[in-house]
Amino acid sequence: MKNLFKLFSIIILIITSNSNSFAAEKVEYLKTDWSFKGLFGKFDRASLQRGYQVYTEVCASCHSMKYLSYRNLAEPGGPEFSEAQAKAIAASFEVTDGPNSDGEMFTRPGKLSDKFVMPYDNVKAAQAANGGAYPPDMSVLVKARGGGVDYIYSLLQGYEEAPSNVSLDDGVYYNKYMYGNKIRMAAPLSDGLVEYGDGTNATVEQMSKDVTTFLMWSAEPHLESRHQMGFKAIVYLIILTVLVYFSMKRIWSRVESEV
Amino acid sequence: MSDHDYRPKSKVGQWFNDRLPLLTLANHLTDYPTPKNLNYWWTFGGILTFCLITQIVTGLTLAMHYIAHADMAFESVEHIMRDVNYGWLIRYIHANGASMFFLAVYIHIFRSLFYGSYKAPREIIWIIGIIIYLLMMAAAFMGYVLPWGQMSFWGATVITNLFSAIPLVGEGIVTWLWGGYSVDNPTLTRFFTLHYLIPFLILGLVVLHIWALHVPGNNNPVGIDIKKPSKDTVPFHPYIVIKDGFALLMFMIVFAFFVFYAPNILGHADNYIEANPMVTPAHIVPEWYLLPFYAILRSVPDKLLGVVAMLSAILILAVLPWLDTSKIRSAVFRPLYKQFYWILVADVLILGYVGAMPAEGLYLLIARVATAYYFLHFLVILPVLGFKEKTLPVPLSITEPVLGGSPNLAAARNKESKIE
Repeated sequence: MKNLFKLFSIIILIITSNSNSFAAEKVEYLKTDWSFKGLFGKFDRASLQRGYQVYTEVCASCHSMKYLSYRNLAEPGGPEFSEAQAKAIAASFEVTDGPNSDGEMFTRPGKLSDKFVMPYDNVKAAQAANGGAYPPDMSVLVKARGGGVDYIYSLLQGYEEAPSNVSLDDGVYYNKYMYGNKIRMAAPLSDGLVEYGDGTNATVEQMSKDVTTFLMWSAEPHLESRHQMGFKAIVYLIILTVLVYFSMKRIWSRVESEV
Repeated sequence: MSDHDYRPKSKVGQWFNDRLPLLTLANHLTDYPTPKNLNYWWTFGGILTFCLITQIVTGLTLAMHYIAHADMAFESVEHIMRDVNYGWLIRYIHANGASMFFLAVYIHIFRSLFYGSYKAPREIIWIIGIIIYLLMMAAAFMGYVLPWGQMSFWGATVITNLFSAIPLVGEGIVTWLWGGYSVDNPTLTRFFTLHYLIPFLILGLVVLHIWALHVPGNNNPVGIDIKKPSKDTVPFHPYIVIKDGFALLMFMIVFAFFVFYAPNILGHADNYIEANPMVTPAHIVPEWYLLPFYAILRSVPDKLLGVVAMLSAILILAVLPWLDTSKIRSAVFRPLYKQFYWILVADVLILGYVGAMPAEGLYLLIARVATAYYFLHFLVILPVLGFKEKTLPVPLSITEPVLGGSPNLAAARNKESKIE
């Protein structure tokens, strides 16, 4: 038994230390309380809804979210807009459909089943409009960056004057959290840029937190059910393990040996 | 197998068993005499079987939703994660299951190294095990390519390019592997096919592995031959079944922790960026379980020799039963080997660590020293140790050390003095 515990603690130690070592550049990211971390972590509904507002009013002009559908906005575990609200959001977008019976493409208001409308038709068009840099798709962006939510949250607030020894080309900005410190995206947020419906003060910090929460949900839409199921599964396994342990002791008591 | 005289009780059972002796097999498996002093390091065989079955079942389910096409693979994985019912669960079990599989197999291999389980008469079990391990690495590598992320694509490019080191035919082999002039759709579809095939090859080899095990029976922590069945053994069922089950549950708790609370910690963030042949990631690293061999590969300055070193590092294990000249199996009675064993464990962990680091400066130096030591251990230390080492007296049966509390020296010495 003692050996087994030792074994498992060594295993966990090795694995976690190994995976941490992948983060090549160590930067201290800004910290904030994320409601979705921890054993019972859940999304802050209001923050998700505000985050969607920031995304759609600010980010969406350049960044696509091609793996999300409008129906996701009304699904449990997400921003949980009402179905009517989600329908209204979808309908506010023009979607290209077709071909119709005449063989022509046409536009119509969006439906719940439509994917998020993309700001550009393709990667080349996105690059052409952004000085050669492709604004990455944001669907899984949080999982595609080593620092995860802390990195995105910090990056949004990391714009500052470039130090005198750094020279920046036209259309390049200085960000202390960006890999290499040079970023092609101008500071996207400024105080009061959006007007929150719930009266929350739209500071850069608040908007960064809201939109990052929204991005976490878009990358892991089933995070809440994962945490809930995980807790049940582990409690179940622990109870079963204890029961099996005592049955094992009982069975092995018939022979002169230890387990 | 000592139970050929088994006869089913019922008439129908006898009729069936005379035509296909499945019931004899079942009886053999439940009665199989197992040393009663097996410790928890011996439970990883059962855990590995569980891992294989889990990978096959989740893999089959994923394959129903996955699309093996360069333009659609990444999207189909997102489809699984978002829209397939419990798709996220199945995929996270499969992805983390690979890591759990390797974790268990490394413990299984190092248990064998510690207790000398590879020695006569168990060489064939060991060699089949090494083949399974090789196939596991191939399956894991190809599986990692399937999501078609950046690390998938560039990992595949780096590893397949290794074959170009082969003189004369290398370039041709690489083109043949790729099905074109770069890693692309034909590469993805063939990797998917092979990734689907290999687990079933492994399953077949696992049957042979267990069959070969059941001929001489299990080794044990004391490492001595025992009479079977005797008071040194217990029937597999219920004793070993319940013990393996208990250990498996402990293992599943760790497994569940990763799946539900840290599902991406063992993967690389870059693999959530869709493959892009025009953009090379800053650091291309394989999954953690391949890192020691990656370190060996990079520690040799010459490409061909690097590949040779990496392959030899694995294949050297296959001849281990003949490199280890010691007649004593268990490290418990080999004081010197025991120390070298732990140095080897540290050496492999160091190789894993530097494998994740950029191959430059101090890291490269450490990798070279660790690589040299790895080969030194198998090619020099083990053969010499067998002749030079003064081993401790070995007990005559399991019952003594067990009754004495643990397989310790005192019990063994006691017995010896009595004999004298």
